[in-house]
Amino acid sequence: MHFARTLAATAVTVALTAGAAAHAAISDDAVKIGILTDLSGTYSDLAGPGVVVAAEMAIADVGGKVAGKPVVLLKADHQNKADIAANKAREWGDVEKVDAYVDLVTTSTALAVMEIAKQNQKVVLISGAGSSRITNEDCNPTTVHWTYDTYALAKGTGSAVVKEGGKTWFFLTADYAFGQNLQKDVAAVVEANGGKVLGAVKHPFPASDFSSFILQAQASGAQVIGLANAGSDTTNAIKAANEFGVVQGGQKLAGLLVFISDVHSLGLPVAQGLTLTTGFYWDYDDKTREWSKRFFDKTGKMPTMVQAGVYSSLMHYFKAIEATGSDDGPTVVKKMKETPVEDFFARNGKIREDGRMVHDMYLAEVKKPAESKAPWDYYKILRVIPGDEAYLPLAESKCPLVKKS
Amino acid sequence: MYQKALYTALLLLGLVAPYAIYPVFLMKVLCFALFACAFNLLLGFAGLLSFGHAAFFGLAGYVCGHVLKVWGLPTELGLIVGTLAAGALGLAVGALAIRRQGIYFAMITLALSQMVYFFFLQAPFTGGENGLQGVPRGHFLGVVDLRSDLALYYVVLAVFVAGFWLVQRTVDSPFGQVLKAIRENEPRAISLGYEVDRYKLVAFVLSASLAGLAGALKSVVLQLASLGDAHWHMSGEVVLMTLLGGMGTILGPVVGAATVVTLQNYLASSPIGSYVPAPVVLGVIFVLCVLAFRRGIVGELAALVRKNLNLG
Repeated sequence: MHFARTLAATAVTVALTAGAAAHAAISDDAVKIGILTDLSGTYSDLAGPGVVVAAEMAIADVGGKVAGKPVVLLKADHQNKADIAANKAREWGDVEKVDAYVDLVTTSTALAVMEIAKQNQKVVLISGAGSSRITNEDCNPTTVHWTYDTYALAKGTGSAVVKEGGKTWFFLTADYAFGQNLQKDVAAVVEANGGKVLGAVKHPFPASDFSSFILQAQASGAQVIGLANAGSDTTNAIKAANEFGVVQGGQKLAGLLVFISDVHSLGLPVAQGLTLTTGFYWDYDDKTREWSKRFFDKTGKMPTMVQAGVYSSLMHYFKAIEATGSDDGPTVVKKMKETPVEDFFARNGKIREDGRMVHDMYLAEVKKPAESKAPWDYYKILRVIPGDEAYLPLAESKCPLVKKS
Repeated sequence: MYQKALYTALLLLGLVAPYAIYPVFLMKVLCFALFACAFNLLLGFAGLLSFGHAAFFGLAGYVCGHVLKVWGLPTELGLIVGTLAAGALGLAVGALAIRRQGIYFAMITLALSQMVYFFFLQAPFTGGENGLQGVPRGHFLGVVDLRSDLALYYVVLAVFVAGFWLVQRTVDSPFGQVLKAIRENEPRAISLGYEVDRYKLVAFVLSASLAGLAGALKSVVLQLASLGDAHWHMSGEVVLMTLLGGMGTILGPVVGAATVVTLQNYLASSPIGSYVPAPVVLGVIFVLCVLAFRRGIVGELAALVRKNLNLG
């Protein structure tokens, strides 16, 4: 009798705890990942279909299951329009019960989706978008910014080039907020390191004819020409610089937002000598080569830092779900922030309280055609920039999540 | 009589639709439908092809977003201020543009709207490339909490119906008759004693204001205003919507807007979309429409119905 009662009580307790655990566990019996990226536009080369492949690799590598529940992948082309991204993200959150939004290429789409995540508490893993606003004044508790940001790229390239002897600078700046902020950031770094800014010229955004701007830059006599622009503006400027023999004339080009896909499309004869900062290079060591080789076999291209970053961020996300047994946004991100990140992509990585994944960055120079021994052998790594040096210090952060002591 | 029955049926459909289809998507369709109706008022009934309507749509979105987010005014005031701003800009642009005709008119509107676009790109309050994010939905008339998608949907539907009714009334009014006369033969309208410039200007301002209302509504629905709304692509998109649905028909723009938005949304995540990019599909449809059925979806349907009735 007594035994029976104990048994019954135990059974009830077990049932209740099991019920509670199930409640806190994976919602809708699946972990749903929604990739929002540019599948058709300007950035489809650096993110796009390659990001989808990277995500599929991540899912395959965890056996298609996390915490015993299947992982479902959804993808959409946000066409770099904030309203399409916002609409899709909201629909995925409400109807499809997506647990995490992944990638997001332009800053406007990223900020739009972050607003929605603020309301529905979903996880946002940003790789493609670059603005440092994402973890600075606009930071939010469930967003993690993985691969790079403009601050780190500007700072890495700016300080390293000055240290290498590039003391005088001239900027080609895209005439809108992004370009101007980039120029301001780099100019501050250059001056702090004892360099000097001789001048700058603003070009319309987007521009295709850079000849007059390149001539001005050439005439300035500066040792370094900083390209405070992105995408097709950068590649067009590099092409024009090549035509006017800027690098051959002894001046250096510093790209502030350049991806390996840009270098690939320009070709080494045009891009050679360009200095840039990147968050990932496929030919860095055995671990990066091993993963990139697998990626290459599926896509025929080496991964950009954005694509490698998506894989890395998803693996870390899956690990956190595995560890907590839950796919609830705030719980998972909390766990992600507690766990250090160390894989083929991130060295000495950690996610700070503002959501910034801080990891080592690399200062690279594009090789001369003669130095390149194999396809995609493009970069010479000049220096490893430790994460804490590369990213905005927490002390200067405007993010409300950062506790100031 | 048929028209009344049709409208009633459509209204009923609109009332029950959010229970079957995702409401935010429907709201987006309604915003673009209103935008296309406004555009059609100008192109379809006054014969003026404006290639700068995105400026009004975008401006109202930014103004409404700014008013709601930074000044913290109630939602309905945001919509009104946005609409008025677009109307004022319409007055300025219209006054300049109507002095010329045909392609020159289109070019002037395009040039002025590009100026507006670059202003938005540079102006600090728009957030430039990043757009204006986190616009609060607020409460309608201080009572209805618009954070609920369903509540917001009915507000948007009501605003849309009001806008649509206004367009219909304008077209049916003597003023609308004069507009049609100007479209058909401007010198004759002048010789009949009409001051055509005034008619054109009023039509332009009306159209710009309604486009603004649609833009303001969209910034409340999606809680953001982005540079894309003011880009000339958007001006092109509204031309596409209107032509696809049927220029000069009342319902055409609504059908066209619904088709385009649905396709954009569907292709964004469909398997077809990963082989053929959404813009390409839209382009092909547009070419087919221009080549094969020039009256647009509604125009062709109406012609078909008319033919059958005559035969019967």
